[in-house]
Amino acid sequence: MKSRGLLLYAFAYLAFLYLPVLVLPIFSFNNSQFIAFPLSGFTTRWYAALASDTAMQHALGNSLRVAIVTALFSTIVGLTAARAITRYRLRGTKLALGFISLPLFIPDIVLALSLLLLMEATSFPLSLVAVAIGHLLICVPFALTVLIARFEGFDRNLEEASADLGEGEWMTFWRVTVPLMLPGIVASLLLTFITSFDEFLLAYFLSGTQATLPVYIWGQLRFPERLPMVLALGAIILTASVGLVILAEYVRNLGARKPMVGA
Amino acid sequence: MSFLSVAGLRKSFGGLTVVNDVSLDVARGEFFALLGPSGCGKTTLLRMIAGFETTDSGTITIDGEAMNSVPAHQRPTNMVFQSYAIFPHLNVFDNIAYGLRKQKLPKEALRTKVEAMLATVRLEGLGGRAADQLSGGQRQRVALARALVRQPKLLLLDEPLGALDKRLRGAMQVELRAIQRQVGITFLLVTHDQEEALSLCDRVAVMETGRILQIAAPRELYERPNCRAVADFIGEMNFFHATVRAITDVDVTVNAGILGIVSFPRANLAAGIKTDEHILLAIRPEHVGFAGAGLAGEIADATFLGERSHFHVRLAGRGEPVAVSGNAAPPDKAVHLVFPPDKLVGLPTE
Repeated sequence: MKSRGLLLYAFAYLAFLYLPVLVLPIFSFNNSQFIAFPLSGFTTRWYAALASDTAMQHALGNSLRVAIVTALFSTIVGLTAARAITRYRLRGTKLALGFISLPLFIPDIVLALSLLLLMEATSFPLSLVAVAIGHLLICVPFALTVLIARFEGFDRNLEEASADLGEGEWMTFWRVTVPLMLPGIVASLLLTFITSFDEFLLAYFLSGTQATLPVYIWGQLRFPERLPMVLALGAIILTASVGLVILAEYVRNLGARKPMVGA
Repeated sequence: MSFLSVAGLRKSFGGLTVVNDVSLDVARGEFFALLGPSGCGKTTLLRMIAGFETTDSGTITIDGEAMNSVPAHQRPTNMVFQSYAIFPHLNVFDNIAYGLRKQKLPKEALRTKVEAMLATVRLEGLGGRAADQLSGGQRQRVALARALVRQPKLLLLDEPLGALDKRLRGAMQVELRAIQRQVGITFLLVTHDQEEALSLCDRVAVMETGRILQIAAPRELYERPNCRAVADFIGEMNFFHATVRAITDVDVTVNAGILGIVSFPRANLAAGIKTDEHILLAIRPEHVGFAGAGLAGEIADATFLGERSHFHVRLAGRGEPVAVSGNAAPPDKAVHLVFPPDKLVGLPTE
C-alpha cells in the first residue's frame, strides 16, 4: 500500500533526524567517561560537575549577554523597518528588503571572515561587542520576517482611528501598534535570542578571549575526560532551546487567533 | 458663514484626479450626505476633511478655522470608519474612553461620561464586553460612541451602515437620525446608497468622477435634478428628446416629438438652457399616468411589487419603453398615457 510506504518513510526520516540528538541526553546520564555502548549505569555526576565549573558558567554568562542584547536590538530594528516597509510606499523597498535578508544567504564562514578582517582593519577589539554586531546581521532578517507578517495582517484604519481620536504618532504607536504587535514582538525576541545563543562560527572568529558557550564547548572537546560533562551541558541547552522555540510558536499562534483587523 | 466650508479642493493619486475642484458649504447642525457610486471621490474627500489625506490645492475651513495645515489628531472632527476600526485589544469601555485620555478626567467622571455615551447608543451594561464578542450592529454603535464622546464639531461617517444587513440598516437609519438630533453635532455622511442619503440627510451632494453634480435637499434632488447623471443615479427616470421653443418667466414651451408641443413650469428647467437648444425632457415613472385618452401605447411587461406595480409601456415611434409606476393595473393591454406638465423637468442633453 502506498500510504503505508510513505508512513514508513516518514518514521525513518524522523529517526534519522532525532536519534543522534537523543544520544546526547542518554550519554549525559551514563556512568562512564567513554562514549560507547553498552551503557554502564545511571549517574547525575556530570550535571553536578557542571554546577561547579566556573569557566563554563562564565561562558554561559557571555552567551546570555550577547543573546539578550542581540535579541533586543534586532527586534527594535526589525520593528521599525517592518513598519516602514508595510506602511509606506517607499522607493526601493524591495531592494532594501533584499539587502537586509542577504546575510541569511551568505555562507557563515564568509561572513565571519569578512567581519574578522573588518574588525582587524579598524582595530576594533575582538570581544562580545564584536560578536553581538555579527549576530545582529543574521538576526535582523529573522526579526523582520516575523514582524512583517504580523504587520501585514494589521488594519491600517486602527492607527488612523487612534489619530482621529486625538493621539499623535508616538502615542498611537504605544497604545495601538505595540499592543497589537506584541505576539510578533515576543516571537521575534525569542527567535533572535535562540539564533544568537546557538551561533558558533561568528562567535568563534570574533569573541577573542571572551568565549561564548558554543565556543567554550568546542574548546572542551580537546579533553576526553570532560566530554560527558559537555554532553550534559548540550542536553540542557537542547532542552532549553526546544522549550523556547515551542514558546515562541505558542505566543505567535496566540496572537494569530485573535483578529487584528478592526473587530 | 457656513460651518464647514470646502473650496476648490483637488486631489490626484499618481496622475489620476480623484477629487476635482470640489466646493461645498455645510451649515452648523446639518446632516449632510456625499452621495455617489464607488470611485467617485467621496471617501477621499471625507478623508481630506479628517486629515488622513493631504490636499493638492483648495481649502478646508471648520467653524472659521483653516484646517489645511492641522494634522488629523488635532482636528475638531471624529470619524466612524467603514470597517468601524474598533480596537481589538480593548473592551467596549476602553474603546470609548480611548479619545478622552488627554482630558485627564478623574476616574469617576470618566466612568460617568462613558456610561452616558453607552446609554445614548443603547449599549448599557456592555462596557466590559471584548471587542470580538460584538455583533455588527453593536460594533457600529461602539464606533459611533467612541467618536461622539469627544464631542467633535463635525462627525464624519464613512458608509456607516454598509456592513449591516438590510433589516438592521433600516433600524439604524432611524436611530442615527435620532442621535444626530439629540447631540446636535454636524454630521457628514458618505454613502453610495441613495435611499440612505435621501431618508437621513437634510441636504445631499451628488458626486461623480471627482466632481459635485448637484447639492440640494432630498425632495428637490428627486423632483428637480439638474442633469441626467443625477436623475439616473437617484431613482428611475424616463427621458424624451425635445427642443426649446420659448421661455417665459413662468413656463417653458418645448417640442417633444411624440409628446407634441408641451409647456411646463420654468422652475423645472435646469439653469443655463436657452431657446432653440436641444434638451432632455424627464419624468419619473410614478408621475406618468394611465388615462382614458392620451398617448396610445401597449403594456410590454408588468411587475407586481406589492404596494405598487411597475409597467413598461411601448409607444409607437419610440424604441425604448416608457416606465410607469402605479398602484392599479389597467384592465387592458392597450393603454393611454398622460404626462402631467408640472412633473416634467428639462435637463441639458450631455
